[in-house]
Amino acid sequence: MTQPIDHVALLPAYLASGTAILVLLVDLAVARRTVTAAMAAMGAAATTCGAFAVGWSGGPRGTFCGDDGCSYVFGPRAALVAAVFALLTLAVLALSGPLLRAGQAPAGEYCFLLACSMTGGVVVGAAADLITLIVALETLTLPLYVLVGLRRASRASAEGAVTFFVVSVVATTITLLGAALLYAVTGAVHLSRLGQMLDGTSPLLDVPLTAVGTVLVVVGLGFKVAAVPLHAWAPVTYDGAPVPVAAYLSTASKLGGVVALLAVVQKPLPPAVTGPVLALLAVLTMTVGNLVALRQTRMVRLLAWSSVAQAGYILAPLGALTLVAEGGIDQVGAVRAALAYAVFFVVIEVAAFGAVIALRPAGADGGLIDDYRAAARRHRWVGAAFALALVGLAGLPPGLAGLFAKVTVVRSLLADGAGWLAVVVALNAVVGLAYYVRVAATLYAPTPATRPAPRPSWTVAAALAGATAVAVLVGFAPQVVLDAVAG
Amino acid sequence: MTGGQVWLVAALAMPALGAAVTAALPDRAARLAGTGFAAVAFLASLALYLVTGDRAGVPIVTEADEVVPAIRPWHQLDLPWVPGLDLRFHLGVDGISYPLVVLTALLTLLCCGYTVWKVPEGGSGRALIALLLVIEVGILGTFLALDLVLFFVFFEVVLLPMYAVIAGWGGDDRRHAARKFVLYTLFGSVLLLVGVFTVVASAGTADIAQLTGGADLPRTTQLVAFILLALAFAVKSPLWPLHSWLPDAHTQAPTVGSVILAGVLLKMGTYGLIRVAVGVAPEGAQWAAPVLGALAVAAIIVGSLVCLAQDELKRLIAYSSVGHMGFVLLGIATLTATGIQAALIGNIAHGLITGLLFFLAGAIKDRAHTGRLAELGGMREASPRLAGLLGFAAIASLGLPGLAGFWGEAFAVIAAVEVGGPLWTTLGAVAAIGAALTAAYFLRLLRRVTHGPASPAVATVRPGLATAEVTAWAPLVVLALVVGLLPAVVLGLSDPSVTTLMDVLP
Repeated sequence: MTQPIDHVALLPAYLASGTAILVLLVDLAVARRTVTAAMAAMGAAATTCGAFAVGWSGGPRGTFCGDDGCSYVFGPRAALVAAVFALLTLAVLALSGPLLRAGQAPAGEYCFLLACSMTGGVVVGAAADLITLIVALETLTLPLYVLVGLRRASRASAEGAVTFFVVSVVATTITLLGAALLYAVTGAVHLSRLGQMLDGTSPLLDVPLTAVGTVLVVVGLGFKVAAVPLHAWAPVTYDGAPVPVAAYLSTASKLGGVVALLAVVQKPLPPAVTGPVLALLAVLTMTVGNLVALRQTRMVRLLAWSSVAQAGYILAPLGALTLVAEGGIDQVGAVRAALAYAVFFVVIEVAAFGAVIALRPAGADGGLIDDYRAAARRHRWVGAAFALALVGLAGLPPGLAGLFAKVTVVRSLLADGAGWLAVVVALNAVVGLAYYVRVAATLYAPTPATRPAPRPSWTVAAALAGATAVAVLVGFAPQVVLDAVAG
Repeated sequence: MTGGQVWLVAALAMPALGAAVTAALPDRAARLAGTGFAAVAFLASLALYLVTGDRAGVPIVTEADEVVPAIRPWHQLDLPWVPGLDLRFHLGVDGISYPLVVLTALLTLLCCGYTVWKVPEGGSGRALIALLLVIEVGILGTFLALDLVLFFVFFEVVLLPMYAVIAGWGGDDRRHAARKFVLYTLFGSVLLLVGVFTVVASAGTADIAQLTGGADLPRTTQLVAFILLALAFAVKSPLWPLHSWLPDAHTQAPTVGSVILAGVLLKMGTYGLIRVAVGVAPEGAQWAAPVLGALAVAAIIVGSLVCLAQDELKRLIAYSSVGHMGFVLLGIATLTATGIQAALIGNIAHGLITGLLFFLAGAIKDRAHTGRLAELGGMREASPRLAGLLGFAAIASLGLPGLAGFWGEAFAVIAAVEVGGPLWTTLGAVAAIGAALTAAYFLRLLRRVTHGPASPAVATVRPGLATAEVTAWAPLVVLALVVGLLPAVVLGLSDPSVTTLMDVLP
């Protein structure tokens, strides 16, 4: 049987994977660091454009369709996700400039792996069956095992890579097992078909295997977003990885997990099961993340724990879905709120990591928080951008993007009648501010000695300026993001 | 755009622009430019009254025509901002907010002018002025917002700049005080966020004018919303026992920071209580009024007793704010027109007088290098003018008839007694005793600081006052007298708006 394939729908994925192959070839043929990196950057930019062009060229385009539905649906939301992944890749490439120049990582392999990971990210938003989803997520994650361990002659790097590898493989296995059990119950892998089989009144909901399968899928994906108690890998891995890779982990990799979770929660899986699990995960994640972050002394660890806490805020609207009685639940609203928060968050997080890289010597790790003492007095603009990012993560003006992100989540929670969860989110924001403001105050601390400050490389400065500009822009016009996630 | 709308925008845009401009100029020029922008904002706030607008109030045309408009702004501006979050850029000014708007613009101008003359230790004067202007944007926005979500956004704007002012330019224990301030008040604001969206989710609109009067919210929602909102504003006001951030913050902040904190920042809490908490959830307010009243009276008594035992000048004035805001909250808790009027004029009087007191305390500490009452004494001998001004401010603050402090306290007590019943009569009586205690501690303060032989610390103080000081203080002295002699200046403005508000409360 032959199947018509809509190559236009697949264009962004082609562009992303084409980038990976081209980078590999260019590295072999030219073997110049700058050319390889430029190739990867152009590929990422082309992927962004392709995603936008396809996503907004009309209704959603599906392909690989069978009787149960399509395996790959590229609509406006998939386009947003793909574009965000491509832009994140572009930003991380720019942030990696000093690392590659210092020769701490081989440029060809580095860019190739990053482009491979981007391919996974581009597909994950469009995946419409459980198998495509898991394969895409693995394509996103697999290159990262190597990237984390790329820092030459660093034990922490190797430790981080091994931890990440082991935990991640286990998580994937759990997800796969869950998917297999769901298939055993329903005989379906397509998300839309699963949704029909498991909707509110289905007798299959009473089969214990359904609940087990659902929980396993959600828990397995919970590893990817580093939700407590499935988070222990994150701080070790982030701190061991080269800082740009840590930036990629805490933004792109996390976004991948979130998108996958949203895909399974929005339609297929029964909310009566996923809701309580996700609510519990959300509460634990934000609370533990914030409390542990309070005591961190290393910068990247602090950001790692803070991003654990942020994952909790992302999960919260999904947790509200089903605590409420059947019916009257604004499922779509909750999914949108979670995705909107994730988009606001990755923009601010890139800016934060960009500032860390700009303030550190080329190729260095994140260092201690004390190393940043008075940094904002030496680098006025970088310091201000860092402070703005931290304040944004805390969700306070002048970091309007972060403020509106929190507002979106709280609004969604209260609209779904989960007031107690809204209060938990709100109180966690107070705890969060305690450490963000400590770091921000360190940046502006008065200092007796002024060390000579190296200028950040231009690629890092450009990425930081870009991310900050986007954060300010969506801070004043958050409707752009809210509209985009609604697509 | 009408003239009124232009001035509404100007009042907010000028300080914001000023803050941006100061970043681009060298230090002294930046300070002057910042002060210039603050002056323009002040003029804009005056213009809001002068340009023609229907002062009796333009009824807001709501979708449901028969709804009685509970807020009739003189001028308003309503633009969409973020429809996805029910956020509209809806500004308006009426008799309840207008006096506070002018007070904010005036105090910020005076503080900026004072900073041109003297920059406290810790950082550049340019940055301090920029922060003061950003704080002004937040406070003015809070007073002008007629959209609940916008109100919340502006409420939050103030937080971090004020933290930076305390942490950057404050006293010896500034970091601790600043942290306590920011975490405590953020705790209040996040409850506000939850409260706001509890209301918005239930009512389907964030328009304060439509929501005022209860807008058919179910009783349970109103109770929950009022508890959340009242807690949020109680932290900001502050209401005993949620006040413990205040003494540290006020004591450690630089002079201009203390003036803004005590003068207008606390009023965001009391204003919010009147406009948002009572306005939006009147049933909740009625239910909670006795508790609120009792806590307010407790604040008056506790504040006075603590003040009687204080031996540090700034800390004493800080604690006196707890007592004074107690009177304001008592007025609000009565939920009568008299009580609300008392609260509004009490707000203004406290802003003027405590602002002046903090200026004077700062001047004394700068000169004598100590704020301990035991080491001060005989200021009358060393610097009669400073001592005279301190005497004036202290007497105004203790509520002598004829000065601004009297009206708020007296009418709060009267309003409580008018409500009647054993509870409110007792509350009124205890509050009156609190007023006597207030007199006691201010007289003690005067005895310790101004009278007696000059202490060694005071003996070295120069007798004269700088021109900048006189310029900054004179408007406050004059206004304390004017409001005291002619309370109608404030009450006349707010009377129609308060009556409209009372009409829609059950």
